[in-house]
Amino acid sequence: MERERTTLALAGVVLLSVFLTVPRSAAQDTSAVDRGVRIGIIYRPGVRPGLVVLPGVAAALDSVRAIIARDLDLSDRFELITLPGGDSIRVSAAPPSVAGRAPAGGRGGAAAGLNYQLYQALGADFAVGLGDTTVLAVHDVAAGGLRREFRSRLPPPKDPEFRMAVHRLADHILEATLGVGGIAATRILFVLDGKVYAIDQDGADKRLVSSSDHQAMSPAWAPDGRRFSYMEFWAGHGQLFVQPVGPGKRQPVATTGQALDFTPAFSPDGKTLAFSRATEEGTDIYTVNIKDNCCLQRLTVGRFSDNLSPTYSPDGQRIAFVSTRPGLPQVYVMAADGTDPQLFAPFDYGVTGSSNAPDWSPDGQSVAFHRDVGGTLQVFVLDVRTRAVRQLTSLGRNEDPTWAPDSRHLAFVSDRSGYRQLWIIDLETGRIRPLLQQSGARLPAWSPRLPETASSTP
Amino acid sequence: MKRLSLIVLSGIAAAALAACSHNPPPVTTPQQPNADSVAAAERARQDSIDRAAAEARAREEAERQRQQRIADSLAGLGKTTEAVRTMLATLVHFDYDKANIRSEDASVLDQKAAILQANPNLRIRISGHCDERGSDEYNLALGNRRATAAKQYLVSHGIEAARIETVSYGEERPIAQGHDEAAWAQNRRDEFEIIGGGDALKQP
Repeated sequence: MERERTTLALAGVVLLSVFLTVPRSAAQDTSAVDRGVRIGIIYRPGVRPGLVVLPGVAAALDSVRAIIARDLDLSDRFELITLPGGDSIRVSAAPPSVAGRAPAGGRGGAAAGLNYQLYQALGADFAVGLGDTTVLAVHDVAAGGLRREFRSRLPPPKDPEFRMAVHRLADHILEATLGVGGIAATRILFVLDGKVYAIDQDGADKRLVSSSDHQAMSPAWAPDGRRFSYMEFWAGHGQLFVQPVGPGKRQPVATTGQALDFTPAFSPDGKTLAFSRATEEGTDIYTVNIKDNCCLQRLTVGRFSDNLSPTYSPDGQRIAFVSTRPGLPQVYVMAADGTDPQLFAPFDYGVTGSSNAPDWSPDGQSVAFHRDVGGTLQVFVLDVRTRAVRQLTSLGRNEDPTWAPDSRHLAFVSDRSGYRQLWIIDLETGRIRPLLQQSGARLPAWSPRLPETASSTP
Repeated sequence: MKRLSLIVLSGIAAAALAACSHNPPPVTTPQQPNADSVAAAERARQDSIDRAAAEARAREEAERQRQQRIADSLAGLGKTTEAVRTMLATLVHFDYDKANIRSEDASVLDQKAAILQANPNLRIRISGHCDERGSDEYNLALGNRRATAAKQYLVSHGIEAARIETVSYGEERPIAQGHDEAAWAQNRRDEFEIIGGGDALKQP
């Protein structure tokens, strides 16, 4: 895994360690604090809680365990602990006499006989055990007891729902241990060879979701995770579609017809679609009511400049967008009705390169975008409150960032490996990983946490 | 063809009529047959048959030549249309991240304006394209400006705006696949496509 130097807004420059522990300031772990959730562990600044995923009692659970362990690793919130001697240590193999502490919080079941001392010695704060096909137990190792138990019926591994159901278990673990929402049960839409695909956030289960003959661009998720939108080139114009994730036909967005419409973005209430429309007057941002298929509204009027790539703030009050009014494209912001446009991401006139492709984070605190630095594109993050801008990437060309629902991971396009493909960066640890090993994938759009019913297709 | 056969038929019919009318009148009074006059009549009859046949042949020949002339002129017209189409398809190129018509490309657009003027039914679509260096989505806006720039040039040279559509394909449809300035320069372009009235085009 590649480590990259990350500039942190509050703490200045922090060199990221290649060791298991990654230093970060306590002030940054705000996600749990904001929600008013007691984390329930002794928080050691700079050290992530250790977690061990115990071997399952049945071989049939090996793949479940592997997927969960990988999801928890990819959440970048734990130190995953590998058991010495591989998987030969069984969950309840420790003789009861050795257990110095009785499973105080244990309510029997999977907790009985768990050797908390051993796991504590290994550095684990939490242990996850797969009791049988229906029980998942989360143990608090320090407290020496069972914290939560989930009962769920997993579909058989051949079922197309299987992986997403396991991902959902991984997110349950994150909530039970840290009180934060995970990103395991999410998918990323992207464009490859003019078609829209979806892939699980762990890089598995790539599926074609638009199979039209027309070249497609700019997929975007609806906030409920049940629909998505994208643009297709038709003879002489660009047509927007809204397509259900599950079964059902896609719908052309009604009030568009002969213009070149592109970069759709759903409002947080899912009722409005903002998009860019290119005409002979230039490119401007419009909205259309997709609930009633009506009420086309023009938000920007830039006769001599282009306005495009809208992205809503999560409260739906504002829209960040790209405007060429200063000459080169830069990131601006306006009220959701188009009033009060102003510069959003500061730049040095005549020095700073073009800035494009803004994406407002789900927590509302940041806007990611890419900016031309010396002839190549790099991913930047704007702090909405302070308007400070920091550069996230420096290796190769990096563009089109999209936020994960946890507001700390970004998927983006990079050619750092020699060809353009999708990568994921964790802003807090700086860890960067490839999402898929396929040249030409671009324009990613990270889903919200996917609802139960939406997981079947795609 | 139907018409031709009608003409031929009527020719034959005329010849037959002529032959009939030139038959010697029936001898009603007992007269000494004049061998000379019989021969003359016979000759005249034969001549008229020959003449009718010759006329029919001439008519046939004229018709054939007429058909040939039509075919020739159609072929000539086709050559013109092809030549005009080629002229119309000549690309216009742009500088990096720019959408203004370069002075060397103005003459290319002048030619297109002349073609549009000479062919008032001709309608075209201009598509703007970009190289791969810029942002994917921004390039749709840039390509739109490039297509619009060419259209505005043509409109300012007397072409009705309604005859020209514009569209942008951004960097989605490159014609050169390389990743260097040579390829990029080729890909920063406007394409011109006939969408109506392009069956028979006149030279300007």
